[in-house]
Amino acid sequence: MKTIFTVRNVLVFGLLAFLAVIPAYADVTGNTFIMTLFTRIVILAIAAVSLNLIMSYGGMVSFGHAAYLGIGGYAVGILAFEGINSGFVQWPVAMIACGLFALVTGALSLRTRGVYFIMITLAFAQMIYYVGVSLDRYGADDGLTIYKRSNFGSLINLSNKTTFYYVCLVTLFATMYLVWRLVNSRFGMVIQGARSNDRRMRAIGIPTFRYRLVCFVIAGMMCGLAGILLANQADFVSPATMHWTRSGDLIVMAVLGGMGSVIGPVVGAVALLVLEETLPHIIAVVGHFVTGLEMTAAREYWQLVLGPMLLLVVLYARGGIDGLLRGGRRD
Amino acid sequence: MTDALLRIEGVSKRFGGVIASDNISLEIRPGELHAVIGPNGAGKTTLIGQLMGEIGPDSGKVVFEGNDITVLPTWQRGQLGLARSFQITSLFLNFTALDNVALAVQARSGHSFHFWRDARRLPELRVPARDALARVGLAGREDVVVSNMSHGEHRQIEIAMALAMQPRMLLLDEPMAGMGPEESARLVETLRELKQELTILLIEHDMEAVFALADRISVLVYGRVIASGAPEHIRSNAEVRRAYLGDGKKKAAGGHG
Repeated sequence: MKTIFTVRNVLVFGLLAFLAVIPAYADVTGNTFIMTLFTRIVILAIAAVSLNLIMSYGGMVSFGHAAYLGIGGYAVGILAFEGINSGFVQWPVAMIACGLFALVTGALSLRTRGVYFIMITLAFAQMIYYVGVSLDRYGADDGLTIYKRSNFGSLINLSNKTTFYYVCLVTLFATMYLVWRLVNSRFGMVIQGARSNDRRMRAIGIPTFRYRLVCFVIAGMMCGLAGILLANQADFVSPATMHWTRSGDLIVMAVLGGMGSVIGPVVGAVALLVLEETLPHIIAVVGHFVTGLEMTAAREYWQLVLGPMLLLVVLYARGGIDGLLRGGRRD
Repeated sequence: MTDALLRIEGVSKRFGGVIASDNISLEIRPGELHAVIGPNGAGKTTLIGQLMGEIGPDSGKVVFEGNDITVLPTWQRGQLGLARSFQITSLFLNFTALDNVALAVQARSGHSFHFWRDARRLPELRVPARDALARVGLAGREDVVVSNMSHGEHRQIEIAMALAMQPRMLLLDEPMAGMGPEESARLVETLRELKQELTILLIEHDMEAVFALADRISVLVYGRVIASGAPEHIRSNAEVRRAYLGDGKKKAAGGHG
Protein backbone atom coordinates (compact mmCIF):
# COMPACT_ATOMS: atom_id res chain seq x y z
CA MET A 1 0.00 0.00 0.00
CA LYS A 2 1.04 3.54 -0.62
CA THR A 3 1.72 5.61 2.43
CA ILE A 4 1.75 9.38 2.46
CA PHE A 5 4.55 9.33 5.06
CA THR A 6 7.38 8.80 2.60
CA VAL A 7 10.71 10.52 3.14
CA ARG A 8 9.93 12.79 0.23
CA ASN A 9 6.52 13.83 1.49
CA VAL A 10 7.81 14.52 4.98
CA LEU A 11 10.62 16.66 3.55
CA VAL A 12 8.25 18.51 1.22
CA PHE A 13 5.87 19.19 4.06
CA GLY A 14 8.85 20.25 6.18
CA LEU A 15 9.93 22.70 3.49
CA LEU A 16 6.47 24.23 3.22
CA ALA A 17 6.19 24.47 7.01
CA PHE A 18 9.65 26.02 7.14
CA LEU A 19 8.58 28.65 4.60
CA ALA A 20 5.53 29.38 6.74
CA VAL A 21 7.53 30.09 9.92
CA ILE A 22 10.27 32.25 8.36
CA PRO A 23 8.76 35.54 9.65
CA ALA A 24 8.55 34.16 13.19
CA TYR A 25 12.17 33.04 12.99
CA ALA A 26 13.25 36.41 11.63
CA ASP A 27 11.31 38.12 14.39
CA VAL A 28 12.89 36.10 17.18
CA THR A 29 16.45 36.32 15.86
CA GLY A 30 16.14 39.84 14.49
CA ASN A 31 17.55 38.53 11.21
CA THR A 32 15.87 40.74 8.60
CA PHE A 33 18.13 39.52 5.82
CA ILE A 34 16.53 36.09 5.87
CA MET A 35 13.12 37.73 5.40
CA THR A 36 14.31 39.63 2.36
CA LEU A 37 15.99 36.53 0.94
CA PHE A 38 13.04 34.26 1.43
CA THR A 39 10.49 36.77 0.14
CA ARG A 40 12.54 36.79 -3.03
CA ILE A 41 12.77 33.01 -3.08
CA VAL A 42 9.02 32.62 -2.67
CA ILE A 43 8.33 35.11 -5.47
CA LEU A 44 10.75 33.47 -7.88
CA ALA A 45 9.30 30.09 -6.91
CA ILE A 46 5.94 31.33 -8.23
CA ALA A 47 7.64 32.15 -11.52
CA ALA A 48 9.33 28.74 -11.60
CA VAL A 49 6.06 26.94 -10.87
CA SER A 50 4.41 28.77 -13.76
CA LEU A 51 7.28 27.93 -16.10
CA ASN A 52 7.08 24.31 -14.98
CA LEU A 53 3.44 24.20 -16.10
CA ILE A 54 4.29 24.84 -19.74
CA MET A 55 7.77 23.30 -19.69
CA SER A 56 7.34 19.93 -18.04
CA TYR A 57 3.64 19.28 -18.51
CA GLY A 58 3.23 21.00 -21.86
CA GLY A 59 6.67 20.36 -23.35
CA MET A 60 6.98 24.07 -24.18
CA VAL A 61 10.51 25.01 -23.14
CA SER A 62 10.24 28.78 -22.97
CA PHE A 63 13.57 30.59 -22.75
CA GLY A 64 11.82 33.92 -22.34
CA HIS A 65 9.78 33.44 -19.22
CA ALA A 66 11.43 36.32 -17.35
CA ALA A 67 9.70 38.67 -19.80
CA TYR A 68 6.56 38.29 -17.70
CA LEU A 69 8.46 39.24 -14.54
CA GLY A 70 9.41 42.43 -16.34
CA ILE A 71 6.00 43.15 -17.87
CA GLY A 72 4.26 42.58 -14.53
CA GLY A 73 6.84 44.72 -12.75
CA TYR A 74 6.81 47.54 -15.29
CA ALA A 75 3.01 47.64 -15.31
CA VAL A 76 3.10 48.26 -11.55
CA GLY A 77 6.04 50.67 -11.80
CA ILE A 78 4.68 52.73 -14.66
CA LEU A 79 1.21 53.02 -13.14
CA ALA A 80 2.76 54.06 -9.81
CA PHE A 81 4.97 56.59 -11.61
CA GLU A 82 1.89 58.05 -13.28
CA GLY A 83 0.17 58.36 -9.92
CA ILE A 84 -2.06 55.29 -9.98
CA ASN A 85 -1.21 53.40 -6.81
CA SER A 86 -4.30 51.31 -6.32
CA GLY A 87 -3.50 47.60 -6.43
CA PHE A 88 -7.02 46.99 -7.65
CA VAL A 89 -5.98 48.74 -10.85
CA GLN A 90 -2.29 47.83 -11.00
CA TRP A 91 -2.58 44.09 -10.53
CA PRO A 92 -5.32 43.39 -13.09
CA VAL A 93 -3.63 45.69 -15.62
CA ALA A 94 -0.30 43.92 -15.10
CA MET A 95 -1.83 40.48 -15.48
CA ILE A 96 -3.82 41.44 -18.55
CA ALA A 97 -0.68 42.91 -20.12
CA CYS A 98 1.13 39.62 -19.46
CA GLY A 99 -1.79 37.66 -20.85
CA LEU A 100 -1.84 39.70 -24.04
CA PHE A 101 1.92 39.38 -24.50
CA ALA A 102 1.63 35.61 -24.00
CA LEU A 103 -1.30 35.43 -26.42
CA VAL A 104 0.51 37.21 -29.23
CA THR A 105 3.95 35.65 -28.77
CA GLY A 106 2.42 32.23 -28.06
CA ALA A 107 0.27 32.33 -31.18
CA LEU A 108 3.44 32.83 -33.21
CA SER A 109 5.95 30.69 -31.33
CA LEU A 110 3.68 27.68 -30.76
CA ARG A 111 3.79 27.04 -34.47
CA THR A 112 7.34 25.88 -33.94
CA ARG A 113 8.82 23.03 -31.92
CA GLY A 114 11.97 22.13 -30.05
CA VAL A 115 14.98 24.37 -30.51
CA TYR A 116 13.03 26.79 -32.69
CA PHE A 117 10.50 27.30 -29.94
CA ILE A 118 13.29 27.95 -27.44
CA MET A 119 14.91 30.50 -29.76
CA ILE A 120 11.71 32.32 -30.69
CA THR A 121 10.61 32.71 -27.06
CA LEU A 122 14.08 34.03 -26.27
CA ALA A 123 13.82 36.48 -29.16
CA PHE A 124 10.49 37.84 -27.94
CA ALA A 125 11.84 38.24 -24.42
CA GLN A 126 14.87 40.10 -25.77
CA MET A 127 12.56 42.42 -27.68
CA ILE A 128 10.73 43.29 -24.48
CA TYR A 129 14.06 43.70 -22.70
CA TYR A 130 15.14 46.33 -25.22
CA VAL A 131 11.76 48.00 -25.00
CA GLY A 132 12.50 48.37 -21.27
CA VAL A 133 15.95 49.77 -22.02
CA SER A 134 14.44 52.36 -24.36
CA LEU A 135 11.79 53.63 -21.94
CA ASP A 136 13.49 56.99 -21.25
CA ARG A 137 10.57 58.37 -19.31
CA TYR A 138 10.68 55.36 -16.99
CA GLY A 139 14.36 55.21 -16.21
CA ALA A 140 15.58 53.30 -19.27
CA ASP A 141 18.69 51.30 -18.37
CA ASP A 142 18.76 52.50 -14.79
CA GLY A 143 15.30 51.23 -14.00
CA LEU A 144 12.38 52.77 -12.23
CA THR A 145 12.05 53.31 -8.52
CA ILE A 146 8.63 52.59 -7.09
CA TYR A 147 7.99 55.00 -4.22
CA LYS A 148 4.73 53.48 -3.06
CA ARG A 149 3.81 49.84 -3.02
CA SER A 150 0.48 48.75 -4.48
CA ASN A 151 -2.26 50.17 -2.31
CA PHE A 152 -5.10 47.91 -1.27
CA GLY A 153 -6.66 50.47 1.07
CA SER A 154 -7.46 49.11 4.48
CA LEU A 155 -7.68 45.56 3.14
CA ILE A 156 -4.02 44.74 3.32
CA ASN A 157 -0.83 46.72 3.89
CA LEU A 158 1.94 45.54 1.58
CA SER A 159 4.51 47.82 3.24
CA ASN A 160 4.50 45.59 6.27
CA LYS A 161 7.25 43.03 5.65
CA THR A 162 5.52 40.16 7.40
CA THR A 163 2.20 40.83 5.68
CA PHE A 164 3.95 41.09 2.35
CA TYR A 165 5.78 37.82 2.91
CA TYR A 166 2.54 36.02 3.66
CA VAL A 167 0.86 37.54 0.62
CA CYS A 168 3.67 36.06 -1.47
CA LEU A 169 3.51 32.71 0.29
CA VAL A 170 -0.27 32.41 -0.06
CA THR A 171 0.09 33.34 -3.73
CA LEU A 172 2.70 30.60 -4.13
CA PHE A 173 0.51 27.99 -2.46
CA ALA A 174 -2.50 29.09 -4.52
CA THR A 175 -0.46 28.91 -7.72
CA MET A 176 0.77 25.42 -6.86
CA TYR A 177 -2.76 24.25 -6.09
CA LEU A 178 -4.06 25.77 -9.31
CA VAL A 179 -1.35 24.11 -11.40
CA TRP A 180 -2.04 20.81 -9.67
CA ARG A 181 -5.76 21.01 -10.45
CA LEU A 182 -4.99 22.12 -13.98
CA VAL A 183 -2.61 19.33 -14.94
CA ASN A 184 -4.97 16.64 -13.69
CA SER A 185 -8.06 18.10 -15.33
CA ARG A 186 -9.33 17.29 -18.82
CA PHE A 187 -7.46 20.38 -19.99
CA GLY A 188 -4.28 19.05 -18.40
CA MET A 189 -4.68 15.65 -20.03
CA VAL A 190 -4.85 17.37 -23.41
CA ILE A 191 -1.77 19.46 -22.61
CA GLN A 192 0.21 16.42 -21.52
CA GLY A 193 -1.05 14.41 -24.44
CA ALA A 194 0.06 17.09 -26.85
CA ARG A 195 3.55 17.03 -25.33
CA SER A 196 3.72 13.28 -25.60
CA ASN A 197 2.22 12.81 -29.09
CA ASP A 198 0.69 15.74 -30.91
CA ARG A 199 -0.01 13.76 -34.05
CA ARG A 200 -2.11 11.25 -32.18
CA MET A 201 -4.01 14.03 -30.42
CA ARG A 202 -5.08 15.43 -33.77
CA ALA A 203 -5.99 11.97 -35.04
CA ILE A 204 -8.37 11.44 -32.11
CA GLY A 205 -10.00 14.75 -32.98
CA ILE A 206 -8.45 17.32 -30.63
CA PRO A 207 -7.17 20.64 -31.98
CA THR A 208 -4.10 20.91 -29.76
CA PHE A 209 -2.92 24.37 -30.75
CA ARG A 210 -5.66 26.28 -28.93
CA TYR A 211 -5.16 24.29 -25.72
CA ARG A 212 -1.43 24.81 -25.78
CA LEU A 213 -1.93 28.51 -26.40
CA VAL A 214 -4.35 28.86 -23.49
CA CYS A 215 -1.88 27.01 -21.27
CA PHE A 216 0.90 29.36 -22.41
CA VAL A 217 -1.26 32.37 -21.55
CA ILE A 218 -2.17 30.99 -18.11
CA ALA A 219 1.51 30.42 -17.33
CA GLY A 220 2.37 33.91 -18.55
CA MET A 221 -0.22 35.51 -16.30
CA MET A 222 0.92 33.47 -13.30
CA CYS A 223 4.46 34.61 -13.87
CA GLY A 224 3.14 38.15 -14.24
CA LEU A 225 1.85 37.85 -10.69
CA ALA A 226 5.38 37.03 -9.61
CA GLY A 227 6.56 40.12 -11.50
CA ILE A 228 4.06 42.28 -9.64
CA LEU A 229 5.27 40.94 -6.31
CA LEU A 230 8.93 41.24 -7.24
CA ALA A 231 8.55 44.91 -8.16
CA ASN A 232 6.71 45.58 -4.92
CA GLN A 233 9.34 43.82 -2.89
CA ALA A 234 12.30 45.61 -4.47
CA ASP A 235 10.38 48.91 -4.77
CA PHE A 236 12.14 48.97 -8.09
CA VAL A 237 11.96 47.53 -11.57
CA SER A 238 14.58 47.58 -14.30
CA PRO A 239 15.31 45.85 -17.61
CA ALA A 240 17.64 43.52 -15.71
CA THR A 241 14.51 41.88 -14.28
CA MET A 242 13.85 40.37 -17.68
CA HIS A 243 17.39 39.70 -18.81
CA TRP A 244 17.73 36.36 -20.56
CA THR A 245 19.94 35.04 -17.77
CA ARG A 246 16.93 35.40 -15.47
CA SER A 247 14.92 33.22 -17.86
CA GLY A 248 17.79 30.76 -17.62
CA ASP A 249 17.64 30.87 -13.82
CA LEU A 250 13.96 29.94 -13.93
CA ILE A 251 14.70 26.94 -16.15
CA VAL A 252 17.50 25.87 -13.81
CA MET A 253 15.13 26.08 -10.83
CA ALA A 254 12.60 23.81 -12.53
CA VAL A 255 15.21 21.32 -13.73
CA LEU A 256 17.14 21.31 -10.45
CA GLY A 257 14.06 20.83 -8.32
CA GLY A 258 12.41 18.31 -10.59
CA MET A 259 10.16 18.69 -13.59
CA GLY A 260 7.92 15.76 -12.79
CA SER A 261 5.91 17.39 -10.03
CA VAL A 262 4.24 20.61 -9.00
CA ILE A 263 6.45 21.04 -5.93
CA GLY A 264 9.72 20.44 -7.83
CA PRO A 265 10.29 24.03 -8.98
CA VAL A 266 9.72 25.30 -5.43
CA VAL A 267 12.42 22.95 -4.16
CA GLY A 268 14.60 24.14 -7.03
CA ALA A 269 14.04 27.81 -6.31
CA VAL A 270 14.91 27.38 -2.63
CA ALA A 271 17.95 25.22 -3.42
CA LEU A 272 19.36 27.50 -6.13
CA LEU A 273 18.89 30.80 -4.32
CA VAL A 274 20.06 29.48 -0.93
CA LEU A 275 23.13 28.00 -2.62
CA GLU A 276 23.83 31.32 -4.33
CA GLU A 277 23.79 33.03 -0.94
CA THR A 278 25.64 30.43 1.09
CA LEU A 279 28.17 28.90 -1.29
CA PRO A 280 30.65 31.81 -1.02
CA HIS A 281 30.70 31.44 2.77
CA ILE A 282 30.93 27.67 2.61
CA ILE A 283 33.85 27.87 0.20
CA ALA A 284 35.68 30.32 2.43
CA VAL A 285 35.11 28.27 5.58
CA VAL A 286 35.87 24.89 4.05
CA GLY A 287 38.86 26.36 2.20
CA HIS A 288 40.20 27.80 5.44
CA PHE A 289 39.66 24.50 7.23
CA VAL A 290 41.45 22.47 4.55
CA THR A 291 44.34 24.76 3.72
CA GLY A 292 44.65 26.80 6.85
CA LEU A 293 44.91 29.89 4.70
CA GLU A 294 42.63 32.88 4.54
CA MET A 295 40.31 32.04 1.63
CA THR A 296 38.22 35.19 1.27
CA ALA A 297 39.27 35.62 -2.37
CA ALA A 298 37.92 32.16 -3.16
CA ARG A 299 34.42 33.36 -2.33
CA GLU A 300 34.13 34.87 -5.76
CA TYR A 301 34.47 31.51 -7.43
CA TRP A 302 31.31 30.00 -5.95
CA GLN A 303 29.87 29.50 -9.42
CA LEU A 304 32.73 27.07 -10.13
CA VAL A 305 31.16 24.87 -7.49
CA LEU A 306 27.53 25.49 -8.40
CA GLY A 307 28.05 24.65 -12.08
CA PRO A 308 29.27 21.09 -11.57
CA MET A 309 26.54 20.55 -8.95
CA LEU A 310 23.89 21.42 -11.55
CA LEU A 311 25.65 19.21 -14.06
CA LEU A 312 25.53 16.25 -11.68
CA VAL A 313 21.81 16.73 -11.08
CA VAL A 314 21.07 16.91 -14.79
CA LEU A 315 23.24 13.88 -15.58
CA TYR A 316 22.35 11.59 -12.72
CA ALA A 317 19.00 12.75 -11.40
CA ARG A 318 16.68 13.34 -14.30
CA GLY A 319 13.78 14.04 -11.97
CA GLY A 320 15.81 16.68 -10.10
CA ILE A 321 16.02 16.82 -6.31
CA ASP A 322 12.38 15.88 -5.97
CA GLY A 323 12.94 12.93 -8.30
CA LEU A 324 15.85 11.74 -6.14
CA LEU A 325 13.71 11.87 -3.02
CA ARG A 326 11.04 9.85 -4.74
CA GLY A 327 13.53 7.19 -5.70
CA GLY A 328 13.47 7.94 -9.40
CA ARG A 329 9.78 7.14 -9.84
CA ARG A 330 7.55 9.40 -11.84
CA ASP A 331 3.88 9.50 -11.19
CA MET B 1 -23.29 5.79 -56.31
CA THR B 2 -24.18 8.26 -53.60
CA ASP B 3 -24.67 5.88 -50.71
CA ALA B 4 -20.94 5.34 -50.16
CA LEU B 5 -19.75 6.27 -46.66
CA LEU B 6 -16.35 7.35 -47.95
CA ARG B 7 -15.72 8.24 -51.55
CA ILE B 8 -12.30 8.93 -52.99
CA GLU B 9 -12.57 10.67 -56.35
CA GLY B 10 -9.59 10.84 -58.63
CA VAL B 11 -7.05 11.58 -55.89
CA SER B 12 -3.52 12.20 -57.10
CA LYS B 13 -0.36 12.99 -55.18
CA ARG B 14 3.14 13.39 -56.50
CA PHE B 15 6.36 13.67 -54.46
CA GLY B 16 8.94 15.04 -56.86
CA GLY B 17 9.19 12.46 -59.61
CA VAL B 18 7.35 9.76 -57.67
CA ILE B 19 3.63 9.37 -58.21
CA ALA B 20 2.36 8.11 -54.85
CA SER B 21 -1.32 8.33 -55.77
CA ASP B 22 -2.29 8.11 -59.42
CA ASN B 23 -5.91 9.12 -59.93
CA ILE B 24 -7.24 6.84 -57.20
CA SER B 25 -11.00 6.39 -57.03
CA LEU B 26 -12.54 4.15 -54.38
CA GLU B 27 -15.87 3.81 -52.68
CA ILE B 28 -16.24 2.40 -49.21
CA ARG B 29 -19.83 1.30 -48.62
CA PRO B 30 -21.45 1.50 -45.20
CA GLY B 31 -20.93 -1.67 -43.21
CA GLU B 32 -18.28 -3.24 -45.38
CA LEU B 33 -14.72 -4.14 -44.56
CA HIS B 34 -12.70 -2.90 -47.45
CA ALA B 35 -9.09 -3.97 -47.63
CA VAL B 36 -6.38 -2.19 -49.57
CA ILE B 37 -3.38 -4.34 -50.41
CA GLY B 38 -0.34 -3.73 -52.50
CA PRO B 39 3.41 -4.24 -52.50
CA ASN B 40 5.78 -2.00 -50.52
CA GLY B 41 5.88 1.50 -51.91
CA ALA B 42 2.48 1.18 -53.58
CA GLY B 43 1.26 4.34 -51.82
CA LYS B 44 -0.96 2.79 -49.17
CA THR B 45 0.20 4.96 -46.28
CA THR B 46 0.10 8.06 -48.52
CA LEU B 47 -3.53 7.19 -49.21
CA ILE B 48 -4.34 7.03 -45.47
CA GLY B 49 -2.47 10.30 -44.94
CA GLN B 50 -4.74 11.94 -47.50
CA LEU B 51 -7.85 10.45 -45.96
CA MET B 52 -6.82 11.79 -42.53
CA GLY B 53 -5.74 15.18 -43.80
CA GLU B 54 -2.05 14.85 -42.92
CA ILE B 55 -1.19 15.03 -46.61
CA GLY B 56 -3.05 17.26 -49.05
CA PRO B 57 -3.76 15.68 -52.45
CA ASP B 58 -2.63 17.56 -55.58
CA SER B 59 -6.00 16.92 -57.16
CA GLY B 60 -9.15 14.96 -56.51
CA LYS B 61 -11.69 14.88 -53.72
CA VAL B 62 -12.37 12.98 -50.53
CA VAL B 63 -16.05 12.80 -49.60
CA PHE B 64 -17.21 11.46 -46.24
CA GLU B 65 -20.94 10.98 -45.66
CA GLY B 66 -21.68 13.33 -48.52
CA ASN B 67 -19.40 16.13 -47.20
CA ASP B 68 -16.30 17.17 -49.07
CA ILE B 69 -13.53 16.81 -46.48
CA THR B 70 -10.57 17.20 -48.87
CA VAL B 71 -9.18 20.29 -47.12
CA LEU B 72 -10.45 19.67 -43.58
CA PRO B 73 -7.79 19.58 -40.84
CA THR B 74 -7.06 16.21 -39.23
CA TRP B 75 -8.78 16.92 -35.94
CA GLN B 76 -12.05 17.86 -37.61
CA ARG B 77 -12.06 14.57 -39.50
CA GLY B 78 -11.67 12.87 -36.15
CA GLN B 79 -14.67 14.79 -34.86
CA LEU B 80 -16.69 13.73 -37.92
CA GLY B 81 -16.10 10.10 -37.05
CA LEU B 82 -13.02 9.03 -39.00
CA ALA B 83 -10.76 7.15 -36.61
CA ARG B 84 -7.41 5.72 -37.52
CA SER B 85 -4.81 3.43 -36.08
CA PHE B 86 -1.19 4.03 -36.89
CA GLN B 87 1.12 1.64 -38.72
CA ILE B 88 3.92 2.57 -36.38
CA THR B 89 2.52 2.57 -32.87
CA SER B 90 1.69 6.11 -31.83
CA LEU B 91 0.57 6.29 -28.22
CA PHE B 92 1.05 8.47 -25.14
CA LEU B 93 3.87 6.39 -23.73
CA ASN B 94 4.05 7.92 -20.26
CA PHE B 95 0.33 7.44 -19.66
CA THR B 96 -1.38 4.24 -18.57
CA ALA B 97 -3.40 2.23 -21.07
CA LEU B 98 -6.59 3.57 -19.52
CA ASP B 99 -5.35 7.19 -19.70
CA ASN B 100 -4.63 6.72 -23.39
CA VAL B 101 -8.06 5.44 -24.22
CA ALA B 102 -9.81 7.87 -21.85
CA LEU B 103 -8.22 10.71 -23.81
CA ALA B 104 -9.86 9.37 -26.95
CA VAL B 105 -13.20 9.24 -25.10
CA GLN B 106 -12.61 12.80 -23.94
CA ALA B 107 -12.03 13.87 -27.54
CA ARG B 108 -15.57 12.98 -28.53
CA SER B 109 -17.25 14.38 -25.40
CA GLY B 110 -17.10 18.06 -26.26
CA HIS B 111 -14.29 20.54 -25.77
CA SER B 112 -11.63 20.05 -23.12
CA PHE B 113 -11.61 23.52 -21.57
CA HIS B 114 -12.43 22.01 -18.19
CA PHE B 115 -9.77 23.10 -15.76
CA TRP B 116 -10.83 21.85 -12.39
CA ARG B 117 -12.16 18.33 -11.94
CA ASP B 118 -9.77 15.39 -11.90
CA ALA B 119 -10.07 13.79 -15.34
CA ARG B 120 -8.99 10.45 -13.92
CA ARG B 121 -12.02 10.38 -11.66
CA LEU B 122 -14.68 11.08 -14.26
CA PRO B 123 -16.74 7.94 -14.82
CA GLU B 124 -18.03 9.32 -18.11
CA LEU B 125 -14.46 9.07 -19.41
CA ARG B 126 -13.17 6.05 -17.51
CA VAL B 127 -16.06 3.63 -18.01
CA PRO B 128 -16.19 3.79 -21.84
CA ALA B 129 -12.39 3.62 -21.90
CA ARG B 130 -12.45 0.46 -19.78
CA ASP B 131 -15.04 -1.04 -22.12
CA ALA B 132 -12.95 -0.28 -25.19
CA LEU B 133 -9.89 -1.91 -23.61
CA ALA B 134 -11.95 -4.96 -22.68
CA ARG B 135 -13.19 -5.27 -26.27
CA VAL B 136 -9.66 -5.59 -27.63
CA GLY B 137 -8.74 -8.06 -24.90
CA LEU B 138 -6.85 -5.84 -22.47
CA ALA B 139 -9.10 -6.12 -19.43
CA GLY B 140 -6.95 -6.13 -16.31
CA ARG B 141 -4.11 -4.20 -17.99
CA GLU B 142 -5.73 -0.78 -17.63
CA ASP B 143 -3.35 0.71 -15.10
CA VAL B 144 -0.09 -0.39 -16.70
CA VAL B 145 2.00 2.45 -18.10
CA VAL B 146 2.06 2.02 -21.87
CA SER B 147 5.84 2.19 -22.19
CA ASN B 148 6.00 -0.99 -20.08
CA MET B 149 3.66 -2.94 -22.36
CA SER B 150 4.48 -5.27 -25.23
CA HIS B 151 4.34 -4.45 -28.92
CA GLY B 152 1.26 -6.63 -29.35
CA GLU B 153 -0.49 -4.81 -26.54
CA HIS B 154 0.40 -1.48 -28.12
CA ARG B 155 -1.32 -2.63 -31.30
CA GLN B 156 -4.39 -3.52 -29.28
CA ILE B 157 -4.44 -0.11 -27.57
CA GLU B 158 -4.18 1.52 -31.00
CA ILE B 159 -7.47 -0.13 -31.91
CA ALA B 160 -9.07 0.51 -28.52
CA MET B 161 -8.35 4.23 -28.93
CA ALA B 162 -9.93 4.29 -32.36
CA LEU B 163 -12.94 2.43 -30.97
CA ALA B 164 -13.29 4.77 -28.02
CA MET B 165 -13.91 7.63 -30.43
CA GLN B 166 -17.16 5.86 -31.40
CA PRO B 167 -16.26 6.44 -35.03
CA ARG B 168 -18.42 6.08 -38.10
CA MET B 169 -15.49 4.49 -39.85
CA LEU B 170 -12.16 2.92 -38.89
CA LEU B 171 -8.98 3.36 -40.91
CA LEU B 172 -6.59 0.63 -39.84
CA ASP B 173 -3.05 1.06 -41.12
CA GLU B 174 -1.40 -2.36 -40.96
CA PRO B 175 -2.77 -3.29 -37.54
CA MET B 176 -0.97 -6.63 -37.63
CA ALA B 177 2.46 -5.14 -38.33
CA GLY B 178 5.10 -6.86 -36.23
CA MET B 179 2.66 -9.25 -34.55
CA GLY B 180 3.28 -12.93 -34.00
CA PRO B 181 0.91 -15.46 -35.60
CA GLU B 182 -0.98 -16.03 -32.37
CA GLU B 183 -1.52 -12.32 -31.74
CA SER B 184 -2.54 -11.84 -35.35
CA ALA B 185 -5.14 -14.58 -35.10
CA ARG B 186 -6.57 -12.98 -31.99
CA LEU B 187 -6.73 -9.58 -33.70
CA VAL B 188 -8.50 -11.14 -36.70
CA GLU B 189 -11.16 -12.35 -34.29
CA THR B 190 -11.49 -8.86 -32.77
CA LEU B 191 -11.82 -7.31 -36.22
CA ARG B 192 -14.38 -9.92 -37.25
CA GLU B 193 -16.54 -8.76 -34.33
CA LEU B 194 -15.97 -5.08 -35.09
CA LYS B 195 -17.00 -5.38 -38.71
CA GLN B 196 -20.49 -6.34 -37.57
CA GLU B 197 -21.06 -2.76 -36.48
CA LEU B 198 -18.44 -0.60 -38.17
CA THR B 199 -17.27 0.30 -41.63
CA ILE B 200 -13.57 -0.47 -41.85
CA LEU B 201 -10.85 0.41 -44.32
CA LEU B 202 -8.05 -2.05 -43.67
CA ILE B 203 -4.56 -1.66 -45.03
CA GLU B 204 -2.66 -4.83 -44.38
CA HIS B 205 0.21 -6.99 -45.57
CA ASP B 206 -1.04 -10.16 -43.92
CA MET B 207 -2.83 -11.84 -46.85
CA GLU B 208 -4.35 -14.53 -44.69
CA ALA B 209 -6.01 -11.89 -42.52
CA VAL B 210 -7.14 -9.84 -45.51
CA PHE B 211 -8.80 -12.76 -47.30
CA ALA B 212 -10.37 -13.94 -44.04
CA LEU B 213 -11.93 -10.57 -43.26
CA ALA B 214 -12.51 -8.46 -46.34
CA ASP B 215 -15.81 -8.01 -48.10
CA ARG B 216 -14.03 -6.26 -50.92
CA ILE B 217 -10.39 -5.78 -51.77
CA SER B 218 -8.64 -3.10 -53.79
CA VAL B 219 -5.13 -3.63 -55.08
CA LEU B 220 -2.78 -0.68 -55.23
CA VAL B 221 0.38 -0.84 -57.36
CA TYR B 222 2.58 2.19 -58.04
CA GLY B 223 -0.19 4.48 -56.81
CA ARG B 224 -2.81 3.03 -59.12
CA VAL B 225 -5.79 0.86 -58.26
CA ILE B 226 -5.33 -2.06 -60.65
CA ALA B 227 -8.24 -4.12 -59.35
CA SER B 228 -11.12 -3.80 -56.96
CA GLY B 229 -13.71 -6.41 -56.06
CA ALA B 230 -14.69 -9.42 -54.00
CA PRO B 231 -11.86 -11.56 -52.55
CA GLU B 232 -12.44 -14.45 -54.96
CA HIS B 233 -12.39 -12.01 -57.88
CA ILE B 234 -9.06 -10.58 -56.70
CA ARG B 235 -7.58 -13.99 -56.09
CA SER B 236 -8.24 -14.99 -59.69
CA ASN B 237 -7.28 -11.67 -61.31
CA ALA B 238 -4.29 -12.25 -63.56
CA GLU B 239 -2.86 -8.75 -63.28
CA VAL B 240 -3.02 -8.90 -59.49
CA ARG B 241 -1.30 -12.25 -59.41
CA ARG B 242 1.46 -10.94 -61.60
CA ALA B 243 1.91 -7.69 -59.67
CA TYR B 244 1.60 -8.96 -56.19
CA LEU B 245 0.19 -12.26 -55.05
CA GLY B 246 2.16 -14.44 -57.45
CA ASP B 247 5.44 -13.00 -56.24
CA GLY B 248 5.92 -15.16 -53.18
CA LYS B 249 9.11 -13.40 -52.11
CA LYS B 250 7.48 -10.05 -51.47
CA LYS B 251 4.44 -11.42 -49.76
CA ALA B 252 5.74 -11.72 -46.24
CA ALA B 253 7.25 -8.25 -45.93
CA GLY B 254 5.97 -5.87 -43.26
CA GLY B 255 7.50 -2.52 -44.09
CA HIS B 256 6.20 0.80 -45.26
CA GLY B 257 3.37 0.84 -47.78
